[in-house]
Formats: sequence, C-alpha cells, structure tokens
Amino acid sequence: MLLANSLATPAIGTLIWTTFIFLLFVFLLRKFAWGPVMSAIKAREEMIKGSLDAAEKAREEMMVLQADNEAILRKAREERDKILRDARVAYDKMLAEAREKGSQESEALVARARDLIEREKNAALAEVKNEVAMLAIEVASKVLNEKLKSDDEQQKLMERYLKEIESNRN
Amino acid sequence: MRDLKGRLVTMTIMALFCLTVSLPAFGQEHGEQQKSEEEEFNATEYIMEHVKDSHEWHILTTPAGHPVAVYLPVIIYDKESGLHLFSSRNISHGKSYKGYAIAHEGDYEGRIVKVDKNGQILEGRPPIDLSITKAVAAMMVAVVILLWLFIALARSYKKSGISAPKGIQGFMEPIILFIRDDVIKPNVGPKYEKFVPYLLTVFFFILVNNILGLIPFFPFGANVTGNIAVTAVLAVGTFILTQINGTKTYWKHIVAAPGVPFWLVPIMFVVEIIGIFSKPFALMIRLFANITAGHIVVLSLVGLIFIFKSVLISPVSIFFVLFMDVLELFVAFLQAYVFTLLSALFIGLALQEEHH
Repeated sequence: MLLANSLATPAIGTLIWTTFIFLLFVFLLRKFAWGPVMSAIKAREEMIKGSLDAAEKAREEMMVLQADNEAILRKAREERDKILRDARVAYDKMLAEAREKGSQESEALVARARDLIEREKNAALAEVKNEVAMLAIEVASKVLNEKLKSDDEQQKLMERYLKEIESNRN
Repeated sequence: MRDLKGRLVTMTIMALFCLTVSLPAFGQEHGEQQKSEEEEFNATEYIMEHVKDSHEWHILTTPAGHPVAVYLPVIIYDKESGLHLFSSRNISHGKSYKGYAIAHEGDYEGRIVKVDKNGQILEGRPPIDLSITKAVAAMMVAVVILLWLFIALARSYKKSGISAPKGIQGFMEPIILFIRDDVIKPNVGPKYEKFVPYLLTVFFFILVNNILGLIPFFPFGANVTGNIAVTAVLAVGTFILTQINGTKTYWKHIVAAPGVPFWLVPIMFVVEIIGIFSKPFALMIRLFANITAGHIVVLSLVGLIFIFKSVLISPVSIFFVLFMDVLELFVAFLQAYVFTLLSALFIGLALQEEHH
C-alpha cells in the first residue's frame, strides 16, 4: 500500500475538518461579510449609475430647453419683422391715400376757382359791355342831338337811311 | 547606465552558478570527514517532513538538539475503545500512549496505529484519525485572519455607507470587483449573483492559505492548499454546486447530446459521465500539485545549505529562494484565480439554457 502514506492520499481526519471549517467559513462570511459588502458596493454602483443618468438627463433637458428658447426667440424675431413689414405697408398705403386725396382736393379747388374766375370774368365782361353800350348810346345820342339840330341834316340822314334800307331789301 | 546594471546582474548570476557547480567537491570533503560524527542529511526526508501533514507543529530545534514544537490535539476513534483525545506530545518522538503510536515505517508511515507494549504495530486496520493536524490548525489560523479581515471590511462598509472606498476597502474592493466582474460574471452568466459569495469565499480561502504557506515561521508556513484532502473538499464543493444547479439542458447534453449519431450516444454518455468527475478532479490535483511543487522547490533550495554543509552556499540559496518565493507569490494568486475561474466556468456550463 504505497498510496497509504503518500502525499496524494487524502487523510480522513483532514477531509472532515476541512469540510467543517470550510462550510463554517462560507456560512460566516455569507452571513457577516458578503451581505453588507456586496450590497454596499452595489448601492454605490447604482448611485454612481443613477447620478450619471441624472446628469445625462439634465443635459438632455437643458438642450431641449435651449432649443425651445431658440425657437421662441426665432418666433419673436419673425413676429417683429412681420409687424414692421405690416407697419411699413400701412404707412405707404396711408401716404399714398393722403397724397391721392390731397391732389384730388386741390384739383377740385383749382377747378372751382377756375369756374368762379370764369363766371366773374363773364359777369365783369357783361357789365363792361353794358357800361360801354350805355356810354356809346349816351355819346351817340349826344352826337345825334348835336347833328340833328338842322332840318337839312335830318332830311339828308333820312334819305341815306332809306337808301340803305332799300339796298338791303334788294 | 541601465546596460551596466544589466551586465552586473548577469555577472552576479553567473558567479552564483559557478559557486554552485564548484562547491560539491568542497562540500564532499567536509562531508566525508564528518560522516561518522553526524547523521547523514537526508534531503527527501527533510523536504517530505515539511510538506506532509503532521500531528505536531514543529517550530525549531535548539542547538542542543531539543525540538520546540506546538503539540496539537490528537483525536482518534477506535471501534473497540471509542473516542480518544490527548496531546500529540504523548506520542511524539516514537513514544506510545494508551496503545497508540505514530508509525515510522511500513504501510502506515506517519499515521497513528495501534501498538503493543513493545512498540510493535498490531495487525488490523488503524483507528480513524480525526486529529487537528498541522494543516487543519494552519487552516484555522487562515480562517481566523480572513474572518477578522472580512468582518472588519463589512463593518467599514456599514459605517461609511455610500462613499469612495478608503483604507481596508481600497485594498480589498478592487480584488472583490475583479473576481466578481471579470471572473464570475462572464463565466457563470446572467444568474451569477447567487454564486458570488461561494466563489469569492473560495478565492480568498485559497489565496490566503497559499500566501500564508509561503511565510516560513509559526503559525504560518504549513502546506494547507498543498494538502490533497483540503483541495478535495474545495473541489467537491464546486462539484456539488455544479450538479445541484444543473439545468435540464445540461443533463440532456450529458445523457444524450443532441446532434450526435445514435451509435455514438452510449460512448458520449460514458465520456460525459467521466467529464463530470474529471473536472473537479483536475481542480483538486492542479491546486495540490502546484502548491506542493512550490514548497518542494523552495525547500530543496534551502536544503542545498545542509547538503553542502556549508554556509558559503547560503547566498546562492537565498538568491534562488527569494526568486522562487516571488514566483510562488504569483502562483498563489494564479492558482486561486484559476480555481475560481474554472469553478465559475463549470457552474456556468451547468446553468446553460436551450437557446444556443
């Protein structure tokens, strides 16, 4: 029995003691060490992971917020541009309208003035005509009165007139 | 500068080798002169004495020749007389006590046997030896150190709560995380969490016993993980854990591996059954052989001093022992790692599911 005392033969006593000590060791470590140690390590790992996730989420949220801000800003800028554009259009329109109205009014004014001037002129002309006619008649009557003081003269004139009338009849 | 340093190292090593080669003649001269006065140094006996388990823990021998040792308790169970408990001092140095003695020759060399009044070994089976031997005592020392270490660690975790690791945590946590994340998780698979405590325990048990075995003074230096009974228990632990967690797929692959021609099935079955047992057997032998071999190499190098009976050889021995101790420190980690890795792998294989 060479095997009996060689190194490669497990001794029964050592087997039993090792089993007992090792099982007790596994049990004690499981109960007093691995529980708290592994849970603490796990808790820390989870906390680190959670913190990283939260940071990532915050970053994403911030980016969304930034995008929102930009959109709002862009919208505001567009609105402002639109308002300015509208205002310019309205201003131009009003200006054009005012100009149109002004020119129309002035034209009407001028037309009325011209009318008035025409009428006044006509009235004045008519008055001048009347005045001239009256003067002419007066002058004529005075001249006639002077001329027709002699009967000869009257005779002569009558004859001339008659002649003229006669020539007109022919 | 570096070149010069390298050359110096090379020269030193060469000089040490020359010394080793030239010394035997020198040593032999002395040996022949003293042979009659001194007992011949038996290297095999010297090494085996240190590597093998024993009932007493020998610390040193005084210059006067008196041994200083811790006498461990002997527990034996005899079918006829029942349980006996006594100190191994009673049966040390060839003494007999209550009809028991340690056999020094024959089939049961080194084991406790029944003897008659004249010290002759009696026929029949020797009693069952349940003694706390050197290996068991050293294991207890290792377990106490480990328990102290891990309970202190657990307490520091409880106290500090969630914060950056510091002190003892900073030392242990990288190792724990390495084993968990790089050894257990990838090899066991998704259900790894259940096996983490056992595998971590195995790793640290082997590692600390390996390292303590390298420390050459009491209460360390015993060959615990180089004791086949110890490695057998560890291997059986992995074996049991593997089998009780085996899935249906695992057993189906053993009984009738799918995709194998029908005439091969019986052969494959035999092969698979052998495989079940050869895996833990390999675990047992690997750890035992590696650690025992390391101890033997270191002891042989120390033994050179006694073989040559010259102090002059001690620088050579010290240099090589130092080298071997560094190597053995690496092996201590490596073997603990390998045992844990393979245990995780075997458990992972037993846990496999259908889809693959």
